[in-house]
Amino acid sequence: MSAPQKAKAGPEEIPVIVSAVVPVTDHVTRFEFTRSDGADFPPFSGGAHTVVSMKDEGRTRLNPYSLMSDPADLSTYAISVRREDDGRGGSLFMHTKVSQGDAMTITYPVTLFSVDQRAKKHVFFAGGIGITPFLSMIGQLEHSNGNWELHYAARTPESAVYADMLLMKFPTKVSVYYSGKGDRIPFGTLLEGQPLGTHTYVCGPARFTEHLRDTATQKGWPASHIHSEEFTAPAPGEPFTVRLCKSDKTITVGEHESLLEAIEREKIDAPFMCRGGSCGQCETRVVSANGEFIHRDHWLDESDAESGTKIMPCVSRFIGSKLELDL
Amino acid sequence: MTIQFNDETFRDDYSFRNSDWAIKRFPFPFHEDSYMYSVNMEQHRGGPEGSVYEKRFDVDEHYVSEMRDRAKVLDDDPLRCQSLPHMTLAGWDLLELIMVSKSEDYPDLFELHRDGDTWRWVNKPLGIDDTFTFLDETTLPYGPMEYITRQSQGDFAVLDQRENNLWMDAGMITTQADWSLDFDIGMNFFEWHAPVPMAHEMGIFKRALKFLLNIPQGAPARRLNWTMTVNPLLDTSPENYHKWGIQKTTLTPENIGAKQHLRVELQTFYRLPRSNALAFPIRCYLCSFQDLMTMPKWGRRLHRVIKDLPDELATYKGFIDNRPMMLDYLAQFDDGLPTSPGIFPEPETEPPLKTG
Repeated sequence: MSAPQKAKAGPEEIPVIVSAVVPVTDHVTRFEFTRSDGADFPPFSGGAHTVVSMKDEGRTRLNPYSLMSDPADLSTYAISVRREDDGRGGSLFMHTKVSQGDAMTITYPVTLFSVDQRAKKHVFFAGGIGITPFLSMIGQLEHSNGNWELHYAARTPESAVYADMLLMKFPTKVSVYYSGKGDRIPFGTLLEGQPLGTHTYVCGPARFTEHLRDTATQKGWPASHIHSEEFTAPAPGEPFTVRLCKSDKTITVGEHESLLEAIEREKIDAPFMCRGGSCGQCETRVVSANGEFIHRDHWLDESDAESGTKIMPCVSRFIGSKLELDL
Repeated sequence: MTIQFNDETFRDDYSFRNSDWAIKRFPFPFHEDSYMYSVNMEQHRGGPEGSVYEKRFDVDEHYVSEMRDRAKVLDDDPLRCQSLPHMTLAGWDLLELIMVSKSEDYPDLFELHRDGDTWRWVNKPLGIDDTFTFLDETTLPYGPMEYITRQSQGDFAVLDQRENNLWMDAGMITTQADWSLDFDIGMNFFEWHAPVPMAHEMGIFKRALKFLLNIPQGAPARRLNWTMTVNPLLDTSPENYHKWGIQKTTLTPENIGAKQHLRVELQTFYRLPRSNALAFPIRCYLCSFQDLMTMPKWGRRLHRVIKDLPDELATYKGFIDNRPMMLDYLAQFDDGLPTSPGIFPEPETEPPLKTG
């Protein structure tokens, strides 16, 4: 149309300063950011996330984290990071190498999990660190007098991040269940008693999310009233080799990096947005392949996944003798 | 730059005129000598100085008169502006986006003063100075979307995003190319595009939807679309087809240069932050054939595009019956010389046209 412009590969970035590092539990730390230019952050929707860029000894780690701060306070963005000792290193980097006053880069908010404005009532189910998107959703709903309740499962009182604060501020809306004490969320009973027009939201481990989805579906809830945050962190796996046809390069994806990260390491501009297998932005065409795909995304439908013609490089891997991509 | 606002009409006596400035910056939609559908999206982050792409929401010499025309359309038919109950938050998002953009891009025309939730909005061209409470619709004379779009050129569709689809759940639609908000309200992306020929088979809509669902906050996009309109009429709605459809039969070889207008939509797409809805402003620009012929490159190219356009598209765009007369008119300017690529007119370097 007018002068051609090259679109950047990922969402817009914001330079920030780490304004506070606050230990919340043994495993979880909250990081608060202010903008380097002193301005306010952009407004965001409760449940949105940001992708944090970490400069870790020559490599750039890009990890998505839910924004948990109050959407009405745009002077600060906050995330809570759970340390995964067996993870790929991003959360360990945040816990061990990031201090107050550090300069970092985060992206504009990306919303894949948000409050459905049609709902007459919102019922939230959180498992463990899956509580974080609900903190900003609750902030948003409190400002608009929204009708909500939260059911929060954690192992022990010590590991239940923000449970005390939630119980104190919203004693009639929040229930916490400690699995260490044998206390489980009664999904079935809770879903049965809800008024017409209620929407339910779940964020937590995969089995927790599936359990809620299955129960709600069995109880006759319409699929459009069941919302889940389906984020997958890239998993380690056997190294594999990929041929990138357009760039005319052959690269090896290491055990602890994702295909997308390996592509970026080679300075090839590949599209991305969520880096968690749900937004669809990084979908890439497979030119040819001889082997087995390990699809871990929530984007490709069954026929696309089985066809062996598409892959989501942010979370999916490959085992085999040959993989050629249209990149 | 100070804009001189025209006092003109888009109905009855059609006193609408484009100045030389407006002609030169007209968003001519054909970057080569032929046309076919494509998603043709690009980032909306500025453009050449003075062009319609430069600002987030372009304001031009037609602003005041277009807003007067919109008010008349709404007086006659309030259903041109609708917002389903769950779209109020998106309306506030849109109001904020437009007020912030216009006050930053046109500080001599618009001012926004914010003190917490107390906002004062000054619109000098329309003589408005209002103070209200952000997110409290009882403090505005209309809902937030209607309030701000009564002060903004172009139509505005506000699309809710859910279930991997977009839903036409709010809008201000008074300058449309023959579609109806009242008919489309509540429909999803595939439903409201059902009447468009050929594009479904080409897989255009599936790809376009995927692109739109992923438009991120902070990175708006844009594209152009076009059609033809006889007389400079903004409100070519199905509701009023009985009034304007008949005007298509009034073209003659003598009046076609003045009456026949190329109608171009600058469509932009913004992710709205609080609601996660997608704002879809559709800005309409009109230019008569005779004014287009003052730019030699456009004169040559328009003839070639219209000549080679598939019949399905000429039918869908509503000018199949008038196409022979258009081609007779346009052919007299086309000397067969090559045109330079791209949409900008480049009047300094293109050789002059044959006289008409």
